[in-house]
Amino acid sequence: MSKIEILVIGRHPEILQTVLRLINNNEAWAATGARTDEEALTAFTSNVFKLVLLGGGIEKESESSLRTTFNAHKPDIIIVQHYGGGSGLLAAEIYEALNGRIID
Amino acid sequence: MANTILHKAATRGQANHGWLNSFHSFSFGSYYNPERMNFGALRVLNDDTVDAGMGFGKHPHDNMEIISIPLEGDLEHKDSMNNVAVIKNGDIQAMSAGTGIYHSEYNNARDKRVKFLQIWVYPNKRNVEPRYDHITLNLDDRHNKLQQIVSPDPEDAGVWIHQNAWFHLGQFDKGISTEYHIKAKGNGVYVFVLSGDVKINDQLLNTRDGFGIWDTDKFTITADTDAEFLLMEIPMAV
Repeated sequence: MSKIEILVIGRHPEILQTVLRLINNNEAWAATGARTDEEALTAFTSNVFKLVLLGGGIEKESESSLRTTFNAHKPDIIIVQHYGGGSGLLAAEIYEALNGRIID
Repeated sequence: MANTILHKAATRGQANHGWLNSFHSFSFGSYYNPERMNFGALRVLNDDTVDAGMGFGKHPHDNMEIISIPLEGDLEHKDSMNNVAVIKNGDIQAMSAGTGIYHSEYNNARDKRVKFLQIWVYPNKRNVEPRYDHITLNLDDRHNKLQQIVSPDPEDAGVWIHQNAWFHLGQFDKGISTEYHIKAKGNGVYVFVLSGDVKINDQLLNTRDGFGIWDTDKFTITADTDAEFLLMEIPMAV
């Protein structure tokens, strides 16, 4: 069974690593991390992601630009804001997003 | 006509890690229930018991307003903003995680457990500068009246958070009743009973029950026994 590919974007390096580790602990999910917009755009065009998680610290302009680009390349991409920065909400956020229930 | 939702104590999620026994009113960690995701901007209400000498190691948070209410015992807090504090019953701690913080929480007692509520509220502004606040309240100020412990206003009573939310604690003798008036249009209130039995209008609640009420301007809360409870007024739109 192929894993669900998830792109995680966040400015805080330690929190980003924590979120990636937590996601990759789930056998059904595979996470790729990006700290900058450039890294995110490069990763997005070289992988088939189902879901994008927007972590902390992303400026409004960057978020808007990333969303526009991602939607243009892949209209069915699911983009959600990740809150909390750790294990508390992460799994439920991903389950909810994959089920089409999104909190921005 | 008010809308309401009842969450009986026994229907909460539970994670018993041995050193930590946590009851989750809403989905948290490995507990996932699509019907229990949030009450408006209230996302987490964890009812935690931490064994003596144990605690939460260093872990991160971002973009969340985190309120801790100690109920029993002493909990030591350390964070990446160089705050070191011990919080105990009567204290209220608030953190705006914003762009990102790390913290740890330990029960350093040799033989006393810690009980505390951990509450997460979605912020009304993302990526704020992280901040920490901790106050000590007079317990007498909640006896047979509502004591404000959280507000959106730094100048108001209690700690403040980045959300249009007001929390109150009450310790009412049996038979004492009061009316709560919603402060902001579009807000609802989530009631959590700490001990005893209370009625919200005609709805009876027992210890550790949760009850949400919204689309109303006011409601009546009555102590059916001697009781302690927490009222959390929260924006219903996230």
